[in-house]
Amino acid sequence: MPIEVNGKTYETDEEGYLANLSEWTPEVGEAMAKEDGTELSDEHWEVINFLREYYDEYQIAPAVRVLTKAIGKKLGKEKGNSKYLYELFPYGPAKQACKYAGLPKPTGCV
Amino acid sequence: MSDIKKFLYLNRKAPYGTIYALESLEVVLIGAAFEQDVSLAFVDDGVYQLVKGQDTSEIGMKNFSPTYNALGDYDVNKLYVEKESLEARGLTEDDLMPLTYEDEDDDWAEKPSIRVVSSAELADIMDEQDVVLAF
Amino acid sequence: MSKLHTVNKSPFEKNSLDACIRLAKEGGAVLLFEDGVYGATKGTVISDKVTAAMKGLTFYVLGPDMKARGIRDDQLLDGVKVVDYGGFVDLVADHDNVQPWL
Repeated sequence: MPIEVNGKTYETDEEGYLANLSEWTPEVGEAMAKEDGTELSDEHWEVINFLREYYDEYQIAPAVRVLTKAIGKKLGKEKGNSKYLYELFPYGPAKQACKYAGLPKPTGCV
Repeated sequence: MSDIKKFLYLNRKAPYGTIYALESLEVVLIGAAFEQDVSLAFVDDGVYQLVKGQDTSEIGMKNFSPTYNALGDYDVNKLYVEKESLEARGLTEDDLMPLTYEDEDDDWAEKPSIRVVSSAELADIMDEQDVVLAF
Repeated sequence: MSKLHTVNKSPFEKNSLDACIRLAKEGGAVLLFEDGVYGATKGTVISDKVTAAMKGLTFYVLGPDMKARGIRDDQLLDGVKVVDYGGFVDLVADHDNVQPWL
């Protein structure tokens, strides 16, 4: 289902992931979150930006276990645990945050 | 734990001519979730998968070589490269990406993941495995 | 006028390059592309054979396929010429016909 942001249409796959990741803008991420009923806070953006950096370096979206460990290392122990991340992204931190970050679904995520 | 099995992924194909290399890498990443003892072997044209400086911008394919550097995050940190295969192709370890992992049991010290081994050593390593998956 | 031979398989996995060298007539050209580009690199078990074949054949490699595989210009055998996609087209146009070795 394509989404529309500021008059521009963006193609997505059947699960709502952006078809062309080079088209992503923060506004696209916000619009996707809004459709799910989520307002993105600074804490959400910390994770989303981390995922974009990870993808840029390794060309994959990390599995949730890897994400949790890496967030803990970068942003501190109180954020590097699944409770914190699931509170931010109740549909699954890797899955949901990757969507707003314009990335494909993490490899191995069903 | 006694139910941990030793898995070795055997990679024998060059990266872009066929889909095998990318498929293998994806299976490794998916399989890493099962917390087994995973290692990778690169022999024959498989050693080309680890060559540094790959740039696919002009062939319209995804450059997946940076993903090998994420394997450490997935606790996959034993990448065996057969010395004889490198030599037959005019390559040395210096031609390969300097892949590393952080050792959790050693204060996150950064250590090399690639180990160049002889055919005889690799034969022993393969013999110790519970499962060898060939690509 | 002469023939353009093309090889797109790794010489370490298939014997396509071997057959090409054995059967190509002198004065022809050989273009290595896709995994075939590995055949033009220095210090391999087939380097001497390719170098010897260069007495009668002109060797080209497709630059984009070389770059994709991390092969630098200085790793190529002396005398091998690098072409881009336009150069590939020119080679096809400049020869009588194209003989692929699959």
